[in-house]
Amino acid sequence: MSELPWYNRGLFSNLNLRQKTILTIALTGLILLIIFISGLLTNANLPTDFSIKMQPPSFQHLFGTDWMGRDMFTRTIKGLSLSIMIGLVSSILSSIIATILAFIASTNKFCDEFVSWLIDLFASIPHILLIMMISIGFGKGAFGVMMAVAFSHWVNLTRVLRAEVLQINTSEYVALSKRFGKSKLWIAKEHILPLVLSQIFVGTLLVFPHAIMHESSVTFLGFGLSPHEPAIGIILSESMTYLAMGAWWLAFFPGLALLIVVLLFDIIGDNLKRLFDPSEANN
Amino acid sequence: MELKAENISFSYNKKRQILKDVSLSLNSNQIIGLIGDSGSGKSTLCKIMAGYISHYKGSVTLDGNKIPDKDFYPVQLIFQHPEKTMNPKWKMKKVLNESWTPTQDLKDTFGLKDNWLTRWPNELSGGELQRFSILRALNPKTKFIIADEISTMLDAVTQVQIWDALISHCRANDIGILAVSHDPELLEVVCDDILMFNEINNL
Ligand SMILES: Nc1ncnc2c1ncn2[C@@H]1O[C@H](COP(=O)(O)OP(=O)(O)OP(=O)(O)O)[C@@H](O)[C@H]1O
Ligand SMILES: [Mg+2]
Repeated sequence: MSELPWYNRGLFSNLNLRQKTILTIALTGLILLIIFISGLLTNANLPTDFSIKMQPPSFQHLFGTDWMGRDMFTRTIKGLSLSIMIGLVSSILSSIIATILAFIASTNKFCDEFVSWLIDLFASIPHILLIMMISIGFGKGAFGVMMAVAFSHWVNLTRVLRAEVLQINTSEYVALSKRFGKSKLWIAKEHILPLVLSQIFVGTLLVFPHAIMHESSVTFLGFGLSPHEPAIGIILSESMTYLAMGAWWLAFFPGLALLIVVLLFDIIGDNLKRLFDPSEANN
Repeated sequence: MELKAENISFSYNKKRQILKDVSLSLNSNQIIGLIGDSGSGKSTLCKIMAGYISHYKGSVTLDGNKIPDKDFYPVQLIFQHPEKTMNPKWKMKKVLNESWTPTQDLKDTFGLKDNWLTRWPNELSGGELQRFSILRALNPKTKFIIADEISTMLDAVTQVQIWDALISHCRANDIGILAVSHDPELLEVVCDDILMFNEINNL
C-alpha cells in the first residue's frame, strides 16, 4: 500500500483502510468546523489599541498585531471563516449548475452540443481572468465573488456528469422504464439522480479548495470583497504595505493558515473519493 | 387482438444486414415459439417488436394500428439477462412496483419471497431476479409478452414452475406470448406453434 498518501500511514496503522479514511475525513472536518464556528462567533469589530500596534508574534498575540493594534490571530480565524462560507456557497452553486447542465445535455442532441460548446468555451478562458470579469459584472463584494467562483468552477464536474448520464441513459433499465410509460423527468429524478449523487457530492468537495484559493486571490487583487470586510485576501493585500518595514508576520501566518485550510479540504475531497469509488481514486 | 410484424428489415451498421422482410403475426390467445441459431437476430426482432428499436423498415401494428410510444407499451419484452434491466441503486420493492403492484397471490404463484423485496439487485440470483422481470411485465395494460430466452438460467423444475404460472396467467387474461428459445423440447411443451427463424428471415 505504498501509494497511500502520508496522512494515511503510521499513526493509525492498526485500523483498516476504510476506517482510516473515515477517521481522516472526520478529524479534518472537525478542525475545519471549529475554525468556521469560532470565526462566526468572534466579533468583527476588533478593539483597536494603538499602544500595541505592529507587535511581532508573542504568547499574548500568537500571530502578532497589525497597524491598528488588532490581534492578527483573531483576524485570521475570522477571515478563514468567511473564506469557508464563500467557498461553501460557491461550490454548492457550481455543483447545482453542473448537475442542471448535465441533465440538459441528456435531453437531445442539440442541447448536448450546446453544453459541450459551453464547456469548451469556459475551459478555454483562464480561471482568474474569468473570475475577475464575472465578479466585476456582479458588482464585486461577497455576492460577486460567490457568483464568479461558482460560474467558473462547474466545468469539470459537468464533463464527468455528462458522460455518466449519457451512459446511464443507454442502459436497459432506462429503456425499460420508458416502455413502462415513465416520463423523461421521472427517469432523471428516480433512475439517474441516485446513481450520480455520490459523484456530485465528491465533486462539490473537490471544488472547495479551488473556490477558497480563488476567492482570496481575486480579493487580494482588488476585484473581490471590499476592503472593510475581514477576508484573508484583504489581510494579505494590506500586509504588502508593511512587508517592507519588516512586519513579516502580517503576511506569513494568514497565508500559511489559508494554505493549511485549503490542504485540509483537499484531504477531505480525496478521501471521500476513495471512500465512494476505491477503483477510481487510483487514476 | 393481433400483433403483426410486416416486412421488417434492419441492420445495426452498413456492413451486415440482420433482418430482411421478416413477417409474423400472433394472436392474444396464442403462444408462439421462435427458434433459431445463435447470433441470427432473434433478440433484435424482439427488440423491434417491443419498441426498443425505432429505425427499422416495415411496420409493427396492434390490430392494424401503430402502437403509441408515449404511454405504457402494450408489448412487453422480458430480457435474457434480468440484472441489466434493474437499477443497481434501487431496492427490489421499487424495481417491482415501477410497473405496477402485483397481488400477493400472483407473487406467490411465481415463488417470489417477501424478504427479497428489501434487498438490492446484486444480492439475488439470476433466477430470482427473472421472476421480478416476469411479474413486472404482467401489468394489466400488457397485451403481448415477448419472452427472449427467459428461462435459460433456471433449473428444469423451476423452469416448469415458472412457465406454468406464466402460461396460466396469460391464458386467463388474454395475453399472447412470443417465446424465443434454443431449447426445442421446451417450446414443444409450452407453444401452440413453432416458427423457424431461418425460414421467416429472407436473407
Ligand atoms: N447493439 C448492436 N450493435 C451492433 N451489432 C449488434 C448489436 N446487437 C447485436 N448485434 C449483432 O446482431 C446480430 C444478431 O444479434 P441478436 O442478439 O439479435 O442474435 P440472437 O439471435 O438473439 O442470438 P442469441 O441466440 O445468441 O441470443 C449478432 O451478430 C450481433 O453481433
Ligand atoms: Mg438473443
